[in-house]
Amino acid sequence: MNEDPQLYPYLPSIARPRISWPGGARLAVWVAPNIEHYEYDPPPSPVRSPTPRPAPDINWLTLRDYGNRAGVWRMMQVMDRYGVRGSVSLNVGVCDHYPEIIEACVKRGWELFSHGVYNTRYLYGMDTDQERELIEDVKATIYRASGQPLSGWLSPALSNTVDTMDLLADAGVLYTCDLMHDDQPLPVRVKSKNRLISMPYSLEVNDYTCLALKRMTPRRYTETIKAQFDQLWEEGAENPQVMCLPLHPWLIGLPHRLREFDEALRYITRRDKVWLATGREIAQWYLANHHDPVISALGA
Amino acid sequence: MTLPRSYLEYPRRAPGMDHDRYDYRNLFRHKKVSWPGDARVALVVVPVVEFFPLNMNPAQMVVKAVGGMERPYPDYWNYTTRDYGTRVGIYRIFKVLEQLGVPASVAINARAAERAPFLLKEVTRRNWEVVAHGLDMSQVFHGKSSVDDERVAIEAALASLRKASGQPVNGWLSPMQSESHATLDLLSDQRIRYTPDWNIDDLPVRMNARSGAVYGVPFALDVNDRQSVLDFNLSNDAYVEQLVDGFVTLWQEAEQYGGRVFTISANSWLTGQPNRIAAFRRALDIILSHPGIWPTTYGAMLDAYQSQE
Repeated sequence: MNEDPQLYPYLPSIARPRISWPGGARLAVWVAPNIEHYEYDPPPSPVRSPTPRPAPDINWLTLRDYGNRAGVWRMMQVMDRYGVRGSVSLNVGVCDHYPEIIEACVKRGWELFSHGVYNTRYLYGMDTDQERELIEDVKATIYRASGQPLSGWLSPALSNTVDTMDLLADAGVLYTCDLMHDDQPLPVRVKSKNRLISMPYSLEVNDYTCLALKRMTPRRYTETIKAQFDQLWEEGAENPQVMCLPLHPWLIGLPHRLREFDEALRYITRRDKVWLATGREIAQWYLANHHDPVISALGA
Repeated sequence: MTLPRSYLEYPRRAPGMDHDRYDYRNLFRHKKVSWPGDARVALVVVPVVEFFPLNMNPAQMVVKAVGGMERPYPDYWNYTTRDYGTRVGIYRIFKVLEQLGVPASVAINARAAERAPFLLKEVTRRNWEVVAHGLDMSQVFHGKSSVDDERVAIEAALASLRKASGQPVNGWLSPMQSESHATLDLLSDQRIRYTPDWNIDDLPVRMNARSGAVYGVPFALDVNDRQSVLDFNLSNDAYVEQLVDGFVTLWQEAEQYGGRVFTISANSWLTGQPNRIAAFRRALDIILSHPGIWPTTYGAMLDAYQSQE
C-alpha cells in the first residue's frame, strides 16, 4: 500500500495555468443522476456488506426501488423544465432491467457513463482480468443501449482497486469521477498510452452525503447547493471551475424534495456565464484545449 | 486477489425485477386512478402503537428495534418512554384525528393490544382500521431468522388481534418493516391483503405470494416520524414543511396523472409527545385545506384501487 494514490502531482489552485470554457463561461455545471439497481439478494463481497440488514433488506431496498419507479421520472420532469441534461452515472444493469428509463434518457440527449453493473457489485477483490471484463461489459452495454461510447467512470459504490485508472485509460475512458481532489479537471497519471482526466464530482453537494448521511432538510440542501455554486462562480472569473451536482432518483426524486430541487435548478440556470454541459463535453473540451498545456506546466 | 467467477455473473439481468414478487412499473404511465368524490389524494394516517418488553435483549437482535432497550436491565429510560406512547401519546394523536374527521389505520403490536384493551377499543369504537404490527418489538424477523418462528409469531399476532378487535385484520406492518424471504408467503397464508413494508410507490403495488396477492402500500417513505424526529432531528417547522412539500407534489401531479396516496406515520411515543403534537395537527390542517383530499384507511383505499384494476 502507498501513502498517497500516486495519481496526480501537487498543483496548488492559486498557481496553475488559466483554463477557459466555451463562450467565456466562468463555471461548467454538470448534473449527474446516479441511476442504479440494487440487487434483491446481492452476493457477498470480501470486504463490504452490501445491505445493512440481512437480505432481503426491505427497508433499504424499497427506497431504492421507489427511485426507479417514481423518483427518476420526477427528476426528469424538473430537469426538462430548466433544460438541464443529465450525465447518468449508470449501473448498466438498468439497461437490461428497466429499458424504459434508458430510452427516456437517450431521447433527452443525456450522456450515459459507467457506475458498474449493479451498485451491489464492487470492484474490491477483483483481479485485473476481472476488472477488464467488467469495463468491457459496461462499454458494450452502454453502446448497445444508446450508441454512445463509454466516456466516463464512477466506480460502483465508489469501490476501486489500484489498477482501475490504468484499465479505464486502456479502455478509452476519458474521465474518472472517483477523485475528489480538485474543482477543475486534471490529468491522471496512468500507465496507458491513452490520456485520462479526473472530473470534479462531489461528495459535498451530493444528495447521498447531504440527505442520506448528513440528513439535511430539503431547504438546507438547496442552500448548500446555492452556496457551492455562488462561490465557484465567483472564483471562475479568475480561473474557470467545474461544479457537479450528483443526484439519486431515490433521494432527490421523493415528493418532499421536489420543490427544493426545482428551486436549485432555477437558481443555477438563470445565472449568466454558466456552461450547462455533460461530463463528456467537459472532458472533450479539456482534453482538446488544456490537458497538454497543463502537463507542460507541470513539467516546467 | 480474485473473486469467484459468479461475482461477474448476473443470472437475473433481464427485463423487470430480479425477484418474482412484482413487475416493474412506471408510476407516471399508470392508468389514471380515481378516488371517491374525484379526490386527488387519498390521505392515510397511520398511528403506530408498540410494545417494547423490558426484558428484550438487544445483543441478541440482528435487526435492532429502534426504541428498544439498550441500557443495563432494568432500562426504565427506554421502557417507560415507549410506554408513555400507549398511555398518553396515542390519545393526543387520536384526539387530533377525531377533531379533523380523519380516520386512522392503526398499526398495533398484538401484545400492546393485549396489554391495553382500552386502547384497542378506542380504535374499534370509531370504526378505524386495525393493522397488525407483529407481536411486539422484541420479535423482529429477517433474512437469517427461523421461518417456523416467524410463522408462529404471525399466526399468534393475527389470531389475537382478530379476536380482540372483531375486525378481519388484513393489513400487516412488520416490526421495523423487516422481512424474511418467506414473509409475504406467510402473510398470504393468513389472508393478509396489504403491507406497508413494501412502500415502493405512491400507489398500491400488487405482489405475488403463495396463497394470493399481497399489495405493497405507501408508507411515509423517508418521512416516517421515526426518521424525521429521531434520525433527522427535525424542528417542528421543518417537519411540517417536509410533510406539506411532499403532499403538494403528489397533489399537483395527481391533476395530470391521476390519484395518489399520501401517508403520514404517527408513532405514539414520538408524534404523541406534547412538544410535537401541534406540528402534526398543523401539517394536517394545511393538507386538509386543499380541495380534493380523501381522508381514508388503507383498506378502503385499496378497495377503491382494486375496483379499477
